[in-house]
Amino acid sequence: MAHSEDEILAGLAEIVNEETGLPTDAVTTDKSFTEDLDIDSLTMMTVVSVAEEKFGVTIPDEEVKNLATVGDAVRYIAQAQS
Amino acid sequence: MTNHVVITGLGVTSPLGGDVASTWEAALAGRSGVNSLEHDWVEQYDAPVRFAGELAVPAAEVLSVPETRRMDPSAQYAVVAAREAWADAGSPELDPTRLATVVASGIGGVWTLLSQWDNYKEKGPRRVSPLTVPMLMPNAPSAQVSMLVGARAGAHTPVSACASGAEAIGYAAQIILSGRADVVLAGGTEAPIHPLPLAAFARMQALSTRNDDPQGASRPYDVTRDGFVMGEGAGIVVLERESHARARGAHIYARIAGFGITSDAADIAAPSPEGQERAMRAALAESELSASDIVHVNAHATSTPVGDMGEAGVIAKVLGDRAAVSATKSMTGHLLGGAGALETIFTVLALRDRKAPPTINVTQPEPDLPIDLVRDVPRDLPAGDVAAFNNGFGFGGHNASLIIASV
Repeated sequence: MAHSEDEILAGLAEIVNEETGLPTDAVTTDKSFTEDLDIDSLTMMTVVSVAEEKFGVTIPDEEVKNLATVGDAVRYIAQAQS
Repeated sequence: MTNHVVITGLGVTSPLGGDVASTWEAALAGRSGVNSLEHDWVEQYDAPVRFAGELAVPAAEVLSVPETRRMDPSAQYAVVAAREAWADAGSPELDPTRLATVVASGIGGVWTLLSQWDNYKEKGPRRVSPLTVPMLMPNAPSAQVSMLVGARAGAHTPVSACASGAEAIGYAAQIILSGRADVVLAGGTEAPIHPLPLAAFARMQALSTRNDDPQGASRPYDVTRDGFVMGEGAGIVVLERESHARARGAHIYARIAGFGITSDAADIAAPSPEGQERAMRAALAESELSASDIVHVNAHATSTPVGDMGEAGVIAKVLGDRAAVSATKSMTGHLLGGAGALETIFTVLALRDRKAPPTINVTQPEPDLPIDLVRDVPRDLPAGDVAAFNNGFGFGGHNASLIIASV
């Protein structure tokens, strides 16, 4: 069962909230993980790891550096699950 | 220790309470913090021991979700206790390069290690959390506490099994005396209530198996004692150079008057009264007090058949039979790496309130018990300048004795 992009965004926001304490409404598609959300590489790996399990996808380590914004991650996950 | 190290803050989370006040109130009331374990894993894994002293206030109730996800329970407990201790000390503004931490653990992040291994086996290597290492490493509690208060003069982690908490406080005092720091947050933490440590300690025949009477299971010095009861939690104290504490007008609970540390070099598990005696005598020598100044002992006394009487003999040899001896593990269970820290805090509070806490569950004391055991109800301690011992001994032949003196 594929998740819609809105569902993926909501799910990512929940993960970021649990891992960092940032409010879910701060996690929007235009935000940069590093610049705007202050997420370091270890935390990013954790977010990716939890997201992989939640959405049933695999995000290879070498792809993670290309996911600059929340929107990048949403689109990647949406495509990866199809 | 003529250049005195004083105690200016206390913090606890324990089976008796989520803070210092509730823990101490329960201890003076002689309450047990031990209960039957209600987790699914007890039945699922056929746990040989089905009771322990779990936190009275779960860490998840006082920490944020990210804190609970990024720290092993052992570090969570240390942070809970450190927050209270730091606030109690007045959250002083000071030079971070003169502030250190010494936070001990007996076995480190065992929950994280084992749950991530479970993840690996069940779901593969990609499901292993990237935070596994920073959560399981035994120095994580000390590092987390250093980040909490911004301590940049060193973050240390003595690992000496059940002597760890007492060793941490002694080592912290030495850091201050060495001139390297003015203030040190020191103590110990442990989160061992998982089926593997329970089974492992049970296989050593170190744990009580009194599954039908959890609250009565920890009974130091009773002829029917059958092992210790596992506990969890943390204790943190703020140690401070006396001149520094007085200059900022801090409340001073007591001072660290002496610290003795020895190793047995004899057996990896069995205690050695000889090494324990040397530790107590070394602390006494450093304190420049005499045995008659010592009015109270918080004994290591874990409720094991061998350990309790060995220590009792040592206490009698070093101090005679005048000191009021309390075995608070009868109420809290044994916090392993956290024990020495929690019990140092009990010792400080006993001097403050001039009340030695009770030892519960002793209905048939050892007939040849050579010490004056405080049973069932608190005992008043004398007024004036007095001092007390706290002992912590650990597998590996580690012996740490602290002397706390009134100010």
